[in-house]
Amino acid sequence: MSAFLASIRRDLLLALRRRSEVITSLFFFVIVVSLFPLGIGPEPALLKKVAPGVLWVAALLATLLGLPRLFAADHIDGTLEQMALSPSSFGLLVAGKIAAHWLLCGLPLVLLAPLLGLQFGLDAPALGVLMLALLLGTPLLSLIGAIGAALTLGVRGGGVLLALLVLPLYIPALIFGAGAAEAHGAGLDAGGHFALLAALLALAVFFAPWATTAALKVALE
Amino acid sequence: MNLIQWFRFASPQSFYPLAGRMIPWFWTLAALFGIAGLWVAFFVAPTDAQQGEGYRIIFVHVPASWMSMFIYMVMAFWAGLGLALGTRLSGMMAQALAPTGALMAALSLWTGALWGKPMWGTWWVWDARLTSELILFFLYIGFIALQSAIDDPRRADKAGAILALVGVVNIPIIYFSVKWWNTLHQGSTINLTRAPSMAQTMLLGMLLMALAFWMYSIAVALTRARAIMLERERHTEWVKHAVD
Repeated sequence: MSAFLASIRRDLLLALRRRSEVITSLFFFVIVVSLFPLGIGPEPALLKKVAPGVLWVAALLATLLGLPRLFAADHIDGTLEQMALSPSSFGLLVAGKIAAHWLLCGLPLVLLAPLLGLQFGLDAPALGVLMLALLLGTPLLSLIGAIGAALTLGVRGGGVLLALLVLPLYIPALIFGAGAAEAHGAGLDAGGHFALLAALLALAVFFAPWATTAALKVALE
Repeated sequence: MNLIQWFRFASPQSFYPLAGRMIPWFWTLAALFGIAGLWVAFFVAPTDAQQGEGYRIIFVHVPASWMSMFIYMVMAFWAGLGLALGTRLSGMMAQALAPTGALMAALSLWTGALWGKPMWGTWWVWDARLTSELILFFLYIGFIALQSAIDDPRRADKAGAILALVGVVNIPIIYFSVKWWNTLHQGSTINLTRAPSMAQTMLLGMLLMALAFWMYSIAVALTRARAIMLERERHTEWVKHAVD
């Protein structure tokens, strides 16, 4: 467990020293969301209807933007190899890196979402549902994305390839995440969507670090 | 004793000639089943009461959809086997199957659009089964892209294997999530739990066509696997003899 926490702490510290990278993907999220009203027109009723979907798609893309950096720097300077050789569990160290990625790329999106939701005319309960869905969904995005990041580590055209591999796997998170807000908007109970998102998250917490570790070992061979 | 025999064919050197001997048989079977299936499809099966003659594309559409899903499972099976046992041939088989699977998914989407236009009045709807077939196509493309981006074949096999296994875990999740999201597609015509709701001759034609597609897929995958074997093992003695 101390290895897990140490790995989180290290990545957070590194990110603090290079703040621009985290802030860039956050602003990417804001800009993508702001482009939609310009593209589809400023009618409040329409914007209110598409808001959850737009925020979710933007969150997907913003998470994707931070993924190539997840292992790349550590791979280049050999840190990743040392982690694989270290006596503490490689899986826990990798899980720590994924958790740090969520804290840096996922959590800020959750906190920023209500502000952008206001621009789309969502009311307070709808914002609450949106935030809760993103809170359950963004760790899922980091976990699944980590598998893709590990598979494309050091590969030609890694960034674009990563998007191709990971985006289809993000679809269930997108459906249930945006579906929760949509169900709430239609006056239905969003509980089922939250339960399914939480179930997917539990599944991913169990399997994703394991698959990521296996993929990293292939890349390190 | 049997076990040893099986493992003998796990090496490309002994599988190459075996595959070469099997391919003509599968081509012959594919042609026979295809001719019989098309004959039933065009001349024996009755005109559908509601859908007229347009429904006959079912004889291509349904087998292609079945194959696209089944090939992914087979591909994941070979990938998992390769990852667990470290056999060279497994990765080659997975790599050889992927383009055929992608072709079947594309064919299923294409014929589905051709069928949808006269029946539903639209080329495409965001219906559950259409969408999950499209996502399956994306998964195939991702697998092929990942394998071709990695130069070292051993690493490409292993990375592809992990991706294929992750995909297999995700396919049911994607399928059900898309299903709950939206459903307009007509209910499954062939259902294992109840009697098929179609004329016996239509079913016969569809099964014959499915067998034809199956044999075609095996023949093509084996042919491609032979080419991959030659390419990867080009530095060895046996390839020099095989090519001569």
